[in-house]
Amino acid sequence: MNRFHQRLIELAPLLLFVAMLAFFGAQSPKFLEPRNLANIVAQASSTGILAVGMTFVLLTAGVDLSVGAIMFVAAAVAGKMATAGQPMPFALVVMLCLSLTFGGVNAFFTAQVRVAPFIVTLGTLFIGRGLGLRITETRALNLPDSFLMLGSARFLGLPLPAWLFACVLVLAHVVLTRTPIGRQIFALGHDSEKAKKAGIPTTRILVVVYLISGLCAGLAAVVTLGQLGAVSPKFGEQKEFAAIAAAVLGGTSLFGGRGSVLPGTLLGTLLIQTIENGLVVMNANPYIYPMATATVIFAAVLLESLRRRIH
Amino acid sequence: MPPTPTPSTASKELLSLRDVEKAFFGVRVLKGVSFNVLEGGMLGLVGENGAGKSTLVNILGGNLKPDSGTIHFANALYAPRNPQDAAHCGLAFIHQELNLFPNLSIAENIFLTRFPCASRSPFIRRSLMHERTTALLRQVGLDIPPDRIVQGLSSGERQLVEIAKALSLEARLIVFDEPTTSLSERETARLFNLIAQLRAAGLTLVYISHTLSHVFQLCDDLVVLRDGEVVASGATSSFTPDKLVSLMVGRTLTNLFPQPKPNTVGSQGGVPVLEVRDVSQPGVVNQVSLTLHQGEILGLAGLMGSGRSELARMIFGLAPFQQGAVRVSGEVIHQLSPRNQIRRGMAFLTEDRHREGLCLDGSVADNLALVTLPQHGQPPLGWLSLESVRAAVSRIRSVVRLDTKANDTQPVRTLSGGNQQKVVLGKWLLSQPKVLVLDEPTRGIDVGAKFEIYTLIQDHAAQGAGVLVISSEIEELIGLCDRILVMRQGRLVDDLPRAEFNRERILSAALGSSLEVTA
Repeated sequence: MNRFHQRLIELAPLLLFVAMLAFFGAQSPKFLEPRNLANIVAQASSTGILAVGMTFVLLTAGVDLSVGAIMFVAAAVAGKMATAGQPMPFALVVMLCLSLTFGGVNAFFTAQVRVAPFIVTLGTLFIGRGLGLRITETRALNLPDSFLMLGSARFLGLPLPAWLFACVLVLAHVVLTRTPIGRQIFALGHDSEKAKKAGIPTTRILVVVYLISGLCAGLAAVVTLGQLGAVSPKFGEQKEFAAIAAAVLGGTSLFGGRGSVLPGTLLGTLLIQTIENGLVVMNANPYIYPMATATVIFAAVLLESLRRRIH
Repeated sequence: MPPTPTPSTASKELLSLRDVEKAFFGVRVLKGVSFNVLEGGMLGLVGENGAGKSTLVNILGGNLKPDSGTIHFANALYAPRNPQDAAHCGLAFIHQELNLFPNLSIAENIFLTRFPCASRSPFIRRSLMHERTTALLRQVGLDIPPDRIVQGLSSGERQLVEIAKALSLEARLIVFDEPTTSLSERETARLFNLIAQLRAAGLTLVYISHTLSHVFQLCDDLVVLRDGEVVASGATSSFTPDKLVSLMVGRTLTNLFPQPKPNTVGSQGGVPVLEVRDVSQPGVVNQVSLTLHQGEILGLAGLMGSGRSELARMIFGLAPFQQGAVRVSGEVIHQLSPRNQIRRGMAFLTEDRHREGLCLDGSVADNLALVTLPQHGQPPLGWLSLESVRAAVSRIRSVVRLDTKANDTQPVRTLSGGNQQKVVLGKWLLSQPKVLVLDEPTRGIDVGAKFEIYTLIQDHAAQGAGVLVISSEIEELIGLCDRILVMRQGRLVDDLPRAEFNRERILSAALGSSLEVTA
């Protein structure tokens, strides 16, 4: 394994991204139009925000499987409130509080009780989906247009969800690279025993990390609501896997201690969304989509194992 | 008898231990240890593996609490509750395995728990942090950028970073625990220069090492530990290398070992069951050849890191080697893997029974049956005959004399260390191995269980198997083996038949060049 190989593996997500742009661009001229590219970013924002929260969790060598379910519960409650005539800002605040609460439950059991995050968040996944189905009575809820406005309004040419995504990315990047807790997250993820011995407040960091993931799920729910304008029983379903795939594709290790939000998670998210968008623009057979997703996940896993070999 | 501490002449003591006692599961590992470290001085702490040095370091570092006794540091009672306490008091430790995070930069490692931030700002002041780190690195003679990731540093450089960290914590006393084991000669020279500078700056140092020449070269005073007791202490000039070795070894002869059975003598006469020919792996073992005969108990002595465990792992197919061959019962094995070796009648008891030897949450029966499970399959589908498994388990339980209170369905985790080791040994004995490789078979178990394990080893050899025993306890090898090989730095350096067994000779061979004192 020489230097060239190392660079190649590090740059792989970027190269893949460029290759995808070139491939779909060649297939359909519409694909590379600025309008479509802006569309990709906007479509990517909910998965992207979710993946940013997931990156924090993965960096501590944990995982949060409940994010899709949190999205569902938050959206279901907002849907009920909106149809009952509550004002939108109030509904949004409730959504974020609810997702923070779920994040808090995850945090309590992983950080305090020290149950494996996989199990804890699998539990909250089922609780979340069950609650959501109970609240919506498994019916689809259509929301007032004020919500759709949130998703389609533009600022300086870009839709609001893309701006929100950008803000989350920058904020997360600064926290991870420029603050004490950010750097301590990396230390904890590398070896939690050693981190504890070094005097790092490991419990507090884990709590913060799951709260961040929960909050990001809430924001992602807001974005998706704004884009779909409705809550179906499948709202947010399997989103956790898209988020994990995006983060891992972008270079975040499943074993903790290695990864980045910028450029990592951003690239991973864009790559996944580009493929999906490209397939749509190409008018590909919809049955191919799951296969494409599978390919992406395999690529992520392969890259991760190659990266581990060089480290 | 606790020796009287060295009378302080000019300077006063910075650290002083009085009657420090520590026992694990009833085994006393520190027996009333008392000594002083003089302010600005450098104390060498020497002793064999298992003499109690690491326990002592762990107590000073706040990882363990002493059972009794007092420690004073800088004229105040010193009882750290955790490593941070120790650091706060001004003690720093440079360990063999370093405590750096390889995924962070040098500067981040140094300031991990106290990043410089502007008041009321959540952000790290990176320029200030890097400036301070550069200054610290300059003090330890390291000229690399402070934002370099530790991953890419050599072990010598990492050690210097650890020292820089100690300096940044304003440590008054630095404990070096085997600092030179992973260093090249140039790096060692650089470290010694730095040690001289640290001393010139007034720091107090404690230096723990097996490399006696370094101890003689560097230290003002020495403390010799043996079996958890201080057996000698005083100015370095009052010791000679020979005297030091005999102090470390002692003369304590105990009848902890069963009498050798008359039929275990077949060392040279027996048929070879395991032959290792010129096995080499760069940096690990070098041209090692050995032959193990039927009925023979062969000991492999050497310090930690001498390549003895690594050799065992190679023989069992757990680690690769570039050159050489391994023959089992005369047959050259081309594809070495644990699976193949087990099929050829080999068994390997690892030195880490918790992580590698047992499924800790599995039951006693499951663990015992693990290796031989395929033998209990019934044709045509190979379904397990639980009847036959149970029979095998109960038979082997009585062979290894497992505690009768232990239930078959009890998780192995809940057993004592000695009983756990009996489960591991029983698991392998069920496969009736022709070659039994044992890495530290009695580590961390009590005396009674040790005796029983020795008996089991001898019985098995008497039945015609060859046994290779690796141990840090020279006494154990002398009591148990027919022949002892000594490894040092990846080479076999001595071969002693039973008639020539001699602790001093084995230890000298294992320590090797460290006895050629550089004046």
